[in-house]
Amino acid sequence: MYDSGKIIAGLIIFAALFTSPVWYDVLNGKALQRPDLVLPSKENQKECVAAAEFMRRDHMRLLNDWRYEVVRKGETYFSSDNGKEYEMRFTKTCLGCHPNTSQFCDQCHSYVGVTPYCWDCHNKPRNLSIQ
Amino acid sequence: MIEHAFRGNKRYWSWLVFLSLIILTGFYFYMRQFNYGLGITGMSRNVSWGLYIAQFTFMVGVAASAVMVVLPYYLHDYKAFGKITILGEFLAISSVIMCMIFVFVDLGQPFRLLNLMLYPTPHSLLFWDVIALSGYLLLNVVITRVTLDAEHKSTAPPKWIRVVIIVSIPWAVSIHTVTAFLLSGLAGRPFWLTAIMAPRFLASAFSAGPALLVVLCLVMKKLTDFDAGDEALKKLGLIITYAMCVNVFFILMEFFTTFYSGIPSDVSHMQYLYFGFEGKGKLVPWMWASVALAVVSLVLLIVPKTRENHRTFFVACITVFLSIWIDKGLGLVITGFIPSPFGKVVQYWPTIPESLITLGVWAIGFFLITIFYKMVLSIRMESEA
Amino acid sequence: MSISRRTLLKLVGLTALGVTAEKYVSVHAGSTSAKLVAKAIGAGKRLAGTKPAQKVRLAMVVDLRKCVSEQGCTKCIDACNKAHNIPDFGESKDEIKWIWKEPYQDAFLDQENFYMKDEFKNKKVPVFCNSCDNPPCVEVCPTQATFKRDDGIVMIDWHRCIGCRYCMAACPYGSRSFNWRDPRPFIKDINPDFPTRMKGVVEKCTWCDERVSQGLSPICVDVCPGKALVFGNLNDPGSEVRQLLKDNFSIRRKPGLGTSPEIYYLV
Repeated sequence: MYDSGKIIAGLIIFAALFTSPVWYDVLNGKALQRPDLVLPSKENQKECVAAAEFMRRDHMRLLNDWRYEVVRKGETYFSSDNGKEYEMRFTKTCLGCHPNTSQFCDQCHSYVGVTPYCWDCHNKPRNLSIQ
Repeated sequence: MIEHAFRGNKRYWSWLVFLSLIILTGFYFYMRQFNYGLGITGMSRNVSWGLYIAQFTFMVGVAASAVMVVLPYYLHDYKAFGKITILGEFLAISSVIMCMIFVFVDLGQPFRLLNLMLYPTPHSLLFWDVIALSGYLLLNVVITRVTLDAEHKSTAPPKWIRVVIIVSIPWAVSIHTVTAFLLSGLAGRPFWLTAIMAPRFLASAFSAGPALLVVLCLVMKKLTDFDAGDEALKKLGLIITYAMCVNVFFILMEFFTTFYSGIPSDVSHMQYLYFGFEGKGKLVPWMWASVALAVVSLVLLIVPKTRENHRTFFVACITVFLSIWIDKGLGLVITGFIPSPFGKVVQYWPTIPESLITLGVWAIGFFLITIFYKMVLSIRMESEA
Repeated sequence: MSISRRTLLKLVGLTALGVTAEKYVSVHAGSTSAKLVAKAIGAGKRLAGTKPAQKVRLAMVVDLRKCVSEQGCTKCIDACNKAHNIPDFGESKDEIKWIWKEPYQDAFLDQENFYMKDEFKNKKVPVFCNSCDNPPCVEVCPTQATFKRDDGIVMIDWHRCIGCRYCMAACPYGSRSFNWRDPRPFIKDINPDFPTRMKGVVEKCTWCDERVSQGLSPICVDVCPGKALVFGNLNDPGSEVRQLLKDNFSIRRKPGLGTSPEIYYLV
């Protein structure tokens, strides 16, 4: 192999730069913070539109699908597995039970490093105590 | 092959550094536009397309014009174009890339560009333009790569490439036709609603494009050992002359139909462009400059003596290019929006950031053409040596 | 190396094609993704009857004899601006308008009416999106971000719009606005029930689709003090809009272009 020394040195520098954010945190003594969700209190607990396991993994697909149904097909209601009907409205139906976005949505979103731009256009309802 | 682009003299490198600085300036202002929004440009609710789309329209023409060297060389076996055919194809590649960048910088939500592919919409002409342009780019990349490779190895190019080349000829016509349809299919914009939009686009393309090619050839002759050959330049001169005559003829036809029929909505746009409407006419001096340049170019081109003298021919090509750039790269797109659907004149003029972004895209084009031509010339020198 | 770079590139290309094809199918086969999601969670059918009934063609009648916009009434405009979070930039270059007033002669450019009463000559005509039955904006949109609903309302999907502004070039009525910059700082009092927009997308009056879906009239119709605006189903022979069009002479803006605008003006 030609120039193997240069190539290996380059790879090491690349790997070091690529992982630098991790080292930065480690050296600053910051431990990885696991998401800490605040769930609805016992007495307020209602059934979600779908199983928690599904929501955890696929909520974005469900939301995208609701959006498609509401905006493009003019449909309003979603009938769930549990036989109940829900209005397909994120700010009303979803935030109705999970009003505190920073203690719910943002927890996982910042953990996995995604920044959905929902709030660029959508408004957090006034009557909910939201930071 | 690309290694040839990394070897060059001081002049070559300073030129590339100079272009890079312009590109970086443009990029800086694009980042500002990205953060602030398209409000950084001179466009408004009334004039919603401006310099970017106008440049796009103009550059599609330059891209299509490669067919003017490809067709005689490959279909009619016109040997004199042997040296410059590949230059025409590389010019096409550079201009198609410029077109794509101009459309990209004009988007309000550039990150959603792929929606064009995710939701293909055959009833939108923009969809077909995307197909036409990317197909044309692909064709020319394949053609230049294969033929240059053959030249590099001093072998004959493989036979199948001829099929690709033949396909590229009607494809070149299609890119400019579809781009014309983009404008001429809109019922609500009488200025563009004309059946000769596509023919006019082709005529202007086949004069401005080869004119640019001649300018590049003459500049290279001055700066390098490259010589396109007298016969090739003469033939290009004839092509430019005829195409420019047809182009001016088409513009005069638009004048006649508009002003003789006298339909107010049609007249108002032409009037704004050439004479001013309701006392407003920012484009009027530009359009008359375009007319003057067209007249000068026609005189220089039609008189055989000035057409065959390299110095005056050079001037003629510059005037053709500038005249058509003003007509197509400035007047044509903007005036479709003035006056507005309510008959009001809201004028448009590009802002400084907008102009610098535009300049940056032009610099990208020149950068590409420089390294492409450098590659071609180096490979030729090598195989000659 | 068992797999060459070229083969790998080809594979990647094919996969990309496959993904595109799946997307295409999912959109065109009536939201396969909806079905996928439904299947994944074992959800049942959607409620019947939420879909607008067939053969609805919504339309609006503007009775200019009852409209008092020339006296400075801007009730419909104000209500719309507030309901839809329309920003006020204080200048015309970035301006966003859903409903606004135009002098009669400008709104009806091709109608040359002479010797009219001053009252009419100075009339200000409220203009909206015409929700054309044959909308050129929908025809040119390269992503189907702007589309026509079954009930005839022309809508914009703000999640999909790429901001190419082809629709603005195609609209013969100048009904569309573009977000040249972030509108949020310029909205005085945000209505939390309606989204704002982001920079780089096109917007326009949507005949209050969010209210129509709930069986309500557009808000401009509701707030008009002179009841000059009437909204209804053109395909229902008994509807008020049909009655008005039967009993009165109506005009439309630029009908000669074949767009079939669905706002009728009574003069």
